Amino acid sequence: MEEDKAKDLVIIGGGPAGLAAGIYAARARLDTLLIEKLGQGGQILLTDWIENYPGFPEGVSGFELADLFAKQATRFGLEILNAEVLEIDVSSNPKRVNIGDRNIDCKSVIIATGASPARLGVDGEDTFTGKGVSFCATCDGPFYRGKTVAVVGGGNSAVEEALFLTKFAEKVYIIHRRDELRATRILQERAFNNPKIEIIWDTVLDKIEGDESGVNNLKIKNVKTGDISDLKVDGVFIFVGTLPNTGYVPAEIERNSRGFLITDDNMETSVPGVFAAGDVRAKLLRQIVTAVGDGATAAFAAEQYIQNKYQPKT
Amino acid sequence: MAEEKVLEVSDSNFATEVLESDIPVLVDFWAAWCGPCRAIAPVVAELAGEYEGKIKVAKCNVDENPRTPSEYGIRAIPTLILFKDGKVAHQITGAVSKNQIVEVLNKFI
Repeated sequence: MEEDKAKDLVIIGGGPAGLAAGIYAARARLDTLLIEKLGQGGQILLTDWIENYPGFPEGVSGFELADLFAKQATRFGLEILNAEVLEIDVSSNPKRVNIGDRNIDCKSVIIATGASPARLGVDGEDTFTGKGVSFCATCDGPFYRGKTVAVVGGGNSAVEEALFLTKFAEKVYIIHRRDELRATRILQERAFNNPKIEIIWDTVLDKIEGDESGVNNLKIKNVKTGDISDLKVDGVFIFVGTLPNTGYVPAEIERNSRGFLITDDNMETSVPGVFAAGDVRAKLLRQIVTAVGDGATAAFAAEQYIQNKYQPKT
Repeated sequence: MAEEKVLEVSDSNFATEVLESDIPVLVDFWAAWCGPCRAIAPVVAELAGEYEGKIKVAKCNVDENPRTPSEYGIRAIPTLILFKDGKVAHQITGAVSKNQIVEVLNKFI
């Protein structure tokens, strides 16, 4: 097979950061390929209703926003490939992206593969995943009509998902290890005012128990008193932060202590010509609105990198 | 389009199309409100084309067909179940990559 000529830019990941980078790169007329292993949208597809993305005063569904992003990117001619990146080699130029059956050479790369829900690492979590243990309320919430569920966590995701679950469940416990929530105030207010929600403070999940039909009990531990008690539930939803999706990213690209990729203000990683954008990056706030900003900056910086390296002014 | 090769199965034809099938059947349990189901749909459609004649690829809407998912204890979607000779041979929960599904399918052909 004939070797393709090196692309200007390969964007890995089709969530908000990758698609925003794609819009900017396509409009800059960079020869760009976006690679996504599933359908476009990323974690937006896990979100029922998005209220904090500007331009949608009444909010917008995760599905709709994902569709709109993808449409806008392809309108400007962005090429999208459905494949999984297994490895990238950034030790020489051009850089090389391995998608299993072939390699794609490129001058620059934007890593935008996002993050996935972190696991707690408690007994029963793996055994009962899909049988009462869930990391996605919008996927699995409707299976809990009239049931009792618990949510673990106290951040935005945990409280948002707990509120979503009250549409279906009869009772929603929030198990939180501190004595106050981290979630943004408006979400806290809604949780405190929702009669179906009960917050169990200063408490951690110790063990998930059940039988062949799934979860039926949680062992929870009060971190102040050390007391362990039972909480009868039909399901438990775990939202204790995220971990970056970087399995394919080589070790020479610097990470922080939690594995997120470190970049400068222009989204460039420790390797020149390799950029990171969105939730995969070490940053303060992981939101759609920050992801798209990262994506735009990364695409612009990639364009500058290519110009300086490959078409230097004489 | 590959999409058309994914067979829609229901509570009423699940036994004939899936359990009594001569070849293994991969069933994608999904719903319209589930984002990851939507994310995995193009992958499932591709597999239907690539494994044609070897593995039947089907999808079952859990809203319209409540009996079948509850029979198999499904409480999370997407769930992919590979049926062989009328029995559950393998189960995958969540939107996983195509490679992970292919690894499973290749064990059964």
